[in-house]
Amino acid sequence: MIMKGGTHIVGDHIDTDQIIPARYLGSLDPKVLAEGCFYNLIPQFATMVTPGDILVGGENLGCGSSREHAPIAIKSAGIACVVARSFSRIFYRSAINIGLPAIVCPAAVDFARQGAEMTVDFDKGVVESGGKSAAFAPFGPSILAIIAAGGLVPFMSQRLARESATA
Amino acid sequence: MGLTATQKIVARHCGRDAVAIGETVTVKVDLAMSNDMTSPLAVKQFRSAGAKKVFDPDKICIVAGRHMPFRDEAFGSAVGLVGEWCRDQGIKNFYANTEGMDHALVPDLGFIRPGMLVCNADSHTCTYGALGAWGLPMGSTDMAYIYAFGETWVRVPETIRVRYTGKPAKYVTSKDYVLATERALTVDGARYKTIEFCGPALDALSVDERFTISNMGIEMGAKTSFMAPDQKVRDYLATRTKVPYEAVYSDEDAEFERSVDIDVSKLEPVVAKPHSPDNVVPVSELKNIRVNQVCIGTCTNGRLIDLQQALEVLRGRKVAAGVRLIVTPATNIIMREAEKLGLIEEFRALGATINPPGCGPCAGWHQGVLAEGEVCVATHNRNFPGRMGSPKALVYLSSPYVAAATAVAGVIASPAEVLS
Repeated sequence: MIMKGGTHIVGDHIDTDQIIPARYLGSLDPKVLAEGCFYNLIPQFATMVTPGDILVGGENLGCGSSREHAPIAIKSAGIACVVARSFSRIFYRSAINIGLPAIVCPAAVDFARQGAEMTVDFDKGVVESGGKSAAFAPFGPSILAIIAAGGLVPFMSQRLARESATA
Repeated sequence: MGLTATQKIVARHCGRDAVAIGETVTVKVDLAMSNDMTSPLAVKQFRSAGAKKVFDPDKICIVAGRHMPFRDEAFGSAVGLVGEWCRDQGIKNFYANTEGMDHALVPDLGFIRPGMLVCNADSHTCTYGALGAWGLPMGSTDMAYIYAFGETWVRVPETIRVRYTGKPAKYVTSKDYVLATERALTVDGARYKTIEFCGPALDALSVDERFTISNMGIEMGAKTSFMAPDQKVRDYLATRTKVPYEAVYSDEDAEFERSVDIDVSKLEPVVAKPHSPDNVVPVSELKNIRVNQVCIGTCTNGRLIDLQQALEVLRGRKVAAGVRLIVTPATNIIMREAEKLGLIEEFRALGATINPPGCGPCAGWHQGVLAEGEVCVATHNRNFPGRMGSPKALVYLSSPYVAAATAVAGVIASPAEVLS
């Protein structure tokens, strides 16, 4: 799998309140969540995204509240993949679970430039942009199985199907 | 090499004698939870996956009245659907009326016991560590999986030990201990790790005071918080549950990633300045900061002792002109106790607004949302930009003593200043 898109950069410790303010949490509608994505930080964020673009964050991306609306809002805004120096653990799990790959790659954050094209090659484990590239650590087997299924919901469906077949 | 309490709890829940730090394993969950914000998505994902029955309705508890009374049709409908799902699934522990918020409620109901592994779709699930349980915060889709199968994957985390020593000065509380720890560890210093709190100054605290500390583990990035259960915990549980439990303790020679010592006798009351819980300074450094609102409550400081401490300062004084004092007891149990003791009446006489039990304005959802340019002192756990409303509002985090002193002075103030 290879993802290629324009780069959108945010800073360190961007918490889930900044990703999607609480007043948007009454809805699970992707359109509403896309509209609220980074509402206070980067107004109109979703209008600047071309579907398939890549979000680049600093340290501890997605810290704070456990709201899964945060990765859903980012995905709904059109972002295909998130690269950061580090993630908060709840956000990291939730992003993977909803099919938004989250990549830890500090070197890529160093060379990322706003608007530049970035390529993430999942098979080679490499992030590339502006003629520079950096490797990222492979996913563990638990996470890989979820990504391979297309997220935790299809992963669940597969397990339910297996279990009902053997029951 | 001995084992940490974390390793022992994880091992027990994956049917092994021991697990190594860094290993990824599948664990059985003793109690699975979600709330009014996170349940609707968990239920939706459960259904989308085609799941029909939950793994065990008696091991699920949904506290969906954190924001009762519900503010709009969409939110009310979403919680209503969760209630129907609970009825269909035979989940009896569904609370969506006046019961209040989960992190104060479920320990009080005796649902949290030492050695348990609890998953809850809320970041402050680490609060349960004060009872020697492993409270693991999750997202909604992770909870949907747990609701179906009763298990989840975890990486066995390293443990950072935080040791509190010394005797605190008057008006220095467990909130000051944990804010001082935020300053020492920073907002992501414990990312993916367990923080095990210990030491004589922790032992000296009541169980309710300890919840304030375990609650804020997540504000240091921790996976969870843990405290070794002692006689005070056993006494706390004796009046709340008859279910037997087996506590776990870290071995003397367990592997801790590092240890941080905090001498609480050297602390004075502190506050976390905007916009991060680790931006901590002594309250005496802040001069002439006018406030519009003071909030007392939440899963951090919405228990009986917090209301009592606030009134120690407020009693016999007046709330400064132009300051809104908002009190939100975390649960109805606390509200009723406070009423019996006359505390609620005292707050009312001071002109305070008493919110229904729950989360109040902490997440900027309702009941005290801040306008642009407003300044608030809150006993809450977070002050990220926009947390309580406008991103241009300024939120300072403090103990109930400092919050109350500020309400009296109209500017951020230490209790000693106001009482002298």
